[in-house]
Amino acid sequence: MSFTRADVERVAALARLALTDEEKDLFAHQLAHILQYADEVRGIDTSGVAPTAQALADAPQQRDDEPVPSLPRDRVIESAPEGAAGLFKVPRVLG
Amino acid sequence: MTVPGTAREFRDAIRAGRLTAVDACTRALERIGRTDPALHAFQTVSADRALARAAAIDRGRAGLDRLPLAGVPIAIKDNICINGVTTTAGSRILEHFVPPYDATVVGRLEQAGAVIVGKTVCDEFAMGSSTENSAFGPTKNPWDPDRIPGGSSGGSAAAVAARMTPVALGSDTGGSIRQPAALCGVVGLKPTWGRVSRYGLIAFASSLDQIGPFATTVEDAALVLQAIAGPDPCDATAAAHGVPDYVTALPNEPAKALRGRKIGIPRRLLESGVDADVRAAFDAAVSQLEDLGATLVDVDLPHSRHAIAVYYLIATAEASSNLARYDGVRYGLRAPLGPDDDLISMYERTRAAGFGAEVKRRIMLGTYVLSAGYYDAYYLKGQQVRTLIRRDFDRAFESVDVVAVPTSPTTAFRFGERTEDPLQMYLADVFTVSAPLAGLPAISVPCGFGAGRLPVGLQLTGRPFDETTILGIAHAYERTAGWWKEEPPDLKVGPT
Repeated sequence: MSFTRADVERVAALARLALTDEEKDLFAHQLAHILQYADEVRGIDTSGVAPTAQALADAPQQRDDEPVPSLPRDRVIESAPEGAAGLFKVPRVLG
Repeated sequence: MTVPGTAREFRDAIRAGRLTAVDACTRALERIGRTDPALHAFQTVSADRALARAAAIDRGRAGLDRLPLAGVPIAIKDNICINGVTTTAGSRILEHFVPPYDATVVGRLEQAGAVIVGKTVCDEFAMGSSTENSAFGPTKNPWDPDRIPGGSSGGSAAAVAARMTPVALGSDTGGSIRQPAALCGVVGLKPTWGRVSRYGLIAFASSLDQIGPFATTVEDAALVLQAIAGPDPCDATAAAHGVPDYVTALPNEPAKALRGRKIGIPRRLLESGVDADVRAAFDAAVSQLEDLGATLVDVDLPHSRHAIAVYYLIATAEASSNLARYDGVRYGLRAPLGPDDDLISMYERTRAAGFGAEVKRRIMLGTYVLSAGYYDAYYLKGQQVRTLIRRDFDRAFESVDVVAVPTSPTTAFRFGERTEDPLQMYLADVFTVSAPLAGLPAISVPCGFGAGRLPVGLQLTGRPFDETTILGIAHAYERTAGWWKEEPPDLKVGPT
C-alpha cells in the first residue's frame, strides 16, 4: 500500500485541513503504514455478510413529537467566535 | 472514625451524619490540591461549584436516604459537557468552550446526590491510549510517574487510583475506560452500547462511544452505573431496555456467584503478544475463578485478531464525520484571518490550528476510507468483518457466561515509548476493541501486578445488557483476591 503526497493533498482537501509540508510527508508515510496493516481485512471472505453499522438490533427510541424549549439563543451565540444580531458571522462565501 | 475510601463509605458516612457533604468535598479538593501537581489528572477543578452543591446536599439532610450517591465526590472526563464549566475534550479547538447545557449523565449524577469536583485530562477527542495526545499535557501514572496512565480516560483513572475522588466517569470507544483502569489498578466498566445516554458526550465514533464509571471497587462501579443507566429522550440510541438493580444483585458469597458459571478463555487469541508478567497475573486470576467453582471453557473468537484493523477503519471514518462540526463557525476556535481568507480557507486554517497530530491523522484516515473508490474496500469491508466479530461472540455465549482476557497486553509503558509509531500505540487496544465493535459490556478489575509493581487488569466481557453477570463475577473475584486494597506508593507531594 502506498500513500503518496498527492493522496494526502486530495484527502486533506476533502477533510478541510490545511497541512504543512512536514505534515504531508509524515502522514503519507504513517498512513501507508497503517493502511498496510488494515489491508489484512481485505483478504477475509465476507461474501453474503451484512455490514454492521451499529452493534445492537434495538430500533432507535423515539420520543413524542412535542415542542420543548430549545437552548437560549443568546447563550448559544455567545459560544461563537463571531456572532452578531443573534446570528453566526462567517467570512465571505462568494468571491 | 475511619476515613471513607469508597463511594459507598462516603455516602453511608454522610447519611449517618458522621461526615457532611461539604467535609467530603473539602477533603477531595485538598487531596487534589496536594496530589494533582505531581500527576495532572485534572484539567479543571470546579471548587466553588462543588462546594455549593455539597452545601445544598447538607441543607437537604432529610432526603439523603433517597440519594444513592449522597455527597459522593466524583470527577468527570473532560469530553462530557457541564453547563457553565469549560469542556475542552483535550483539544485546542475547544480550549475556551463553555457548554450551555449538561450532559444527561451529569444531571443524573447530581440528582443522585453526587458532587462533581472537576474535569479530568484525556487524549484529544478521546483519541489515544496514553493521554499523550492531550493538548494540555498528559497525566502521569500514580504507580510510576515516569509512565503513562493509559487512555484516553487516563485522568479519570489516575484520579481514582490516587484516591483523589472515589469514583469518576470516563468514555470508552475502543478501550478508553478499561485500558487506563487496568494500567492504574482500578475498576473500569464499559456498559453495553445503548445502556447509558451519550447526550452531552463530545462524539468521537458514535456506533462505539459509551460512558461508564471508574471506581476502586466493583460495588462502587455498580452504584454509579445505576445512577446513569436508562433511556433518555435526548438520545435515541439510549435503549429502552429495563435497568435492573445492579447493586443488590451483587453476590454476598463469592463461591455462590461462581458455582456453575462458565468462563470462556480465547486461548488462541492469547497465544502471542501478551507480556509474560501480564500473562502470569491473568492465569493466576482465572485459576482463582476456577477454585471458586467456575468452569473454564476454551472459546474461539477467530475474527477478533482483525479487531484492531476493523476498529481503526470504522472509528476513524465516524470520527472524520463527527469532527466536521469543528469549523470555526458556531463554537470553539477560529484561526486569525487575513483579508484574502474566504469561508473555505477559514475552515482549513481553523482546523489546522485547532487539531493535534493524532486527530488530524485519524480525520485523514477516516476521510480516505470513506472516499470514492475506497469505501467498499475499507469501510464496508470493515463493517462486514465487524459482523463476523460479533457473530463469534454470539457463538461463544451459547456455551459460556463471560469471556475473560487480560485487559491490556502490557503494563503501563513509558512516556514517549510509542508516540513515534501510531500503529504501535493502536496495538495497545488489541484486547479492548472487540467489545465495543460487538456492542458488549466489559469490565476491567485489578488482578495483581507485573514487573516493577505495575498493575494488571482482568477483563470480563458479557452478553448485551447483562452488566449484572460481569459485575457479579468481578465482585466475587475482587472480594476473594483483595487487590482493591492496594494503593499506589506515596506520591512525592507538596506539604500538607
